[in-house]
Amino acid sequence: MSDLSKYSKEFLLGLLETMYRIRMFEEKAAECFMKGMLAGNIHLCIGQEGSTAGAAAALEERDYITSTHRGHGHCIAKGAKSDLAIAELFGKKTGYCKGKGGSMHIVDVDLGILGANGIVGAGIPIAAGSGLASKIMGSDAVTMCFFGDSASNQGTFHESINMAAAWDLPVVFLCENNGYGVSVPIHKVTNTENLAVRAKAYDIPGVTVDGDDPLDVYEATKKAVARARSGKGPSLVETLVFRWQGHYCGDPANYRPKEYLEEAHRKDPIVLFSKRLVDEGAATADEVKDLEAAVKAEIEAAAAWADSCEYPDPAEALTDVYSTDNERCVVR
Amino acid sequence: MSKQLSISKAVREGLHEEMVRDANVVVMGEDMAEMGSVFGITQGFLDEFGPLRVIDTPISESGFSGMAVGMAMRGLRPVVEWMYDDFISCCLDPVMNQAAKLRYMTGGQLTLPIVFRAPMGAGRRNAGQHSQCLEALFTHIPGLKVVCPSTAADHKGLLKAAIRDNDPVIFLEHKLLYAKKEEVPEDDDYLIPLGKADVKRPGRDLTIITWSRQVYFALEAAEALAADGIDAEVLDLRSLVPLDWDAVRESVTKTHNVMIVEEGVKRGGVGAELAAEIMEDLFDELDSPVARVAGANVVSPFSPPLEDAVFPHPADIIAAAKKLLRGE
Repeated sequence: MSDLSKYSKEFLLGLLETMYRIRMFEEKAAECFMKGMLAGNIHLCIGQEGSTAGAAAALEERDYITSTHRGHGHCIAKGAKSDLAIAELFGKKTGYCKGKGGSMHIVDVDLGILGANGIVGAGIPIAAGSGLASKIMGSDAVTMCFFGDSASNQGTFHESINMAAAWDLPVVFLCENNGYGVSVPIHKVTNTENLAVRAKAYDIPGVTVDGDDPLDVYEATKKAVARARSGKGPSLVETLVFRWQGHYCGDPANYRPKEYLEEAHRKDPIVLFSKRLVDEGAATADEVKDLEAAVKAEIEAAAAWADSCEYPDPAEALTDVYSTDNERCVVR
Repeated sequence: MSKQLSISKAVREGLHEEMVRDANVVVMGEDMAEMGSVFGITQGFLDEFGPLRVIDTPISESGFSGMAVGMAMRGLRPVVEWMYDDFISCCLDPVMNQAAKLRYMTGGQLTLPIVFRAPMGAGRRNAGQHSQCLEALFTHIPGLKVVCPSTAADHKGLLKAAIRDNDPVIFLEHKLLYAKKEEVPEDDDYLIPLGKADVKRPGRDLTIITWSRQVYFALEAAEALAADGIDAEVLDLRSLVPLDWDAVRESVTKTHNVMIVEEGVKRGGVGAELAAEIMEDLFDELDSPVARVAGANVVSPFSPPLEDAVFPHPADIIAAAKKLLRGE
């Protein structure tokens, strides 16, 4: 466990704030979903906040991320606005994607969010391509590629990390291992104890850290980001996390032993980190409580605003397929 | 001013001019750098543009096609080569679910100017995994533009326009055309807009709608038919998405008889779609049912007599035209 005194209060509370924002966003999304206010499906990252907040804290504003179907947290951690994000979940015209993408497709290029993605493993080559773009364009921007344990068994994982390693691309491959691909435990379909060991196959650094501790994740990721930015190439960082919910919101997750969730709750990254900040004098209990209340108010307001927004005009369904000649390409 | 160039050299010249013109244009794919691509399209590019713009990838079609999507998101204009269009089987996700869909799915936030180039087609005795014409598959995916040129000048002008286009473009070059030499304009800005068909031979009696290599077969057939009293118009669509419907309407309204000729397999082909569109929009103009001449619904075979039996040749077009117009 890292030493809190190395960090500024602002930084530590910033981490906690991101974790709160992700948790409350997800809880609000779940509440709206269960009430029938959201169409489709949502995949929640409750329980993974420590990993996501710690990893994103190692990035600069000019850096990029790619994300996954379980991507609300990654986007929020990179600065996505909770009101525009939740409006997208509502399918409203004010959402990030004007209601055309939904939960799995939050994008904000100006913030460096190259997109969540509905196809498992599809973000990995996109991240490697962003890394190659940095190299070609002479940019020192780093791309962090978030993906889950199951994406590590897609071919894109091998193809992309192989190229990123061969060409020293500035990419951090950040695998959040929550132990399950929908219902299948990763150890049932994978022969190695952990996934970071695969880094050896590409001769790049690989490390496995406790994803419930945002500072452990931050420190491991910071090294990987520094390595990438200095032109030395990619790293693979695996964070061990818990997915509190089932695969999707409403999934009873009967395929998991009850011990999984018991352990997850014991290791609640927000409870542990906020307690630690107070216990070790980095912040007062009141400051933590105020932060929690402020984020809660923000999320409540965001959801209320999203709920009040209009749905897109049905005619909008035929726009945005092409950037030029859209109408003709859509008609025939 | 113009000069004689083989079609592969016309593609090379178009690509070369765009790389000179725009530093964001990057080519990548298998054997593109040291070898200059298996059909010689990028010969000399590595020396001129360097390894950051002329990239030899590993045999990882899914990986490098997906990387092109990430590169485009960052402002580059990747021109990706698949060694054969058949290899789309190894990289359909980055094309179909990423490049084609992400502009729409992000509400228009993303612009993805990517050209995926690929040689296609039968006739080289390459058997079933290296001989397909898969343009119908691509036209079925909203978000992609699909270009299938025939002449050398069209290859150059359309490739340049495709590279300057801000949407993902599938650019299919028939490999049996690469060696054909024709006149090509010497003009750095020789552009043919996507979605502009070209009447390659005017005629009064029958419209033959086609593209890619079959344009030449249709022209050969049209000459033979002319000697037999049938005046066929050959309409080269050049791009399938966007489609030049005005040109189709104009020609059909003139001839009142239509035949669609394609090398790809008939079932679910582009011809099926065009026939349906013509039926919906131009039924009253038709004097006869829309005819189709297309590849057999089989795997492209290896042995020369077998291969020649499964895709259309001029004789098939001539026979179909006589049947259509004279019931012969």
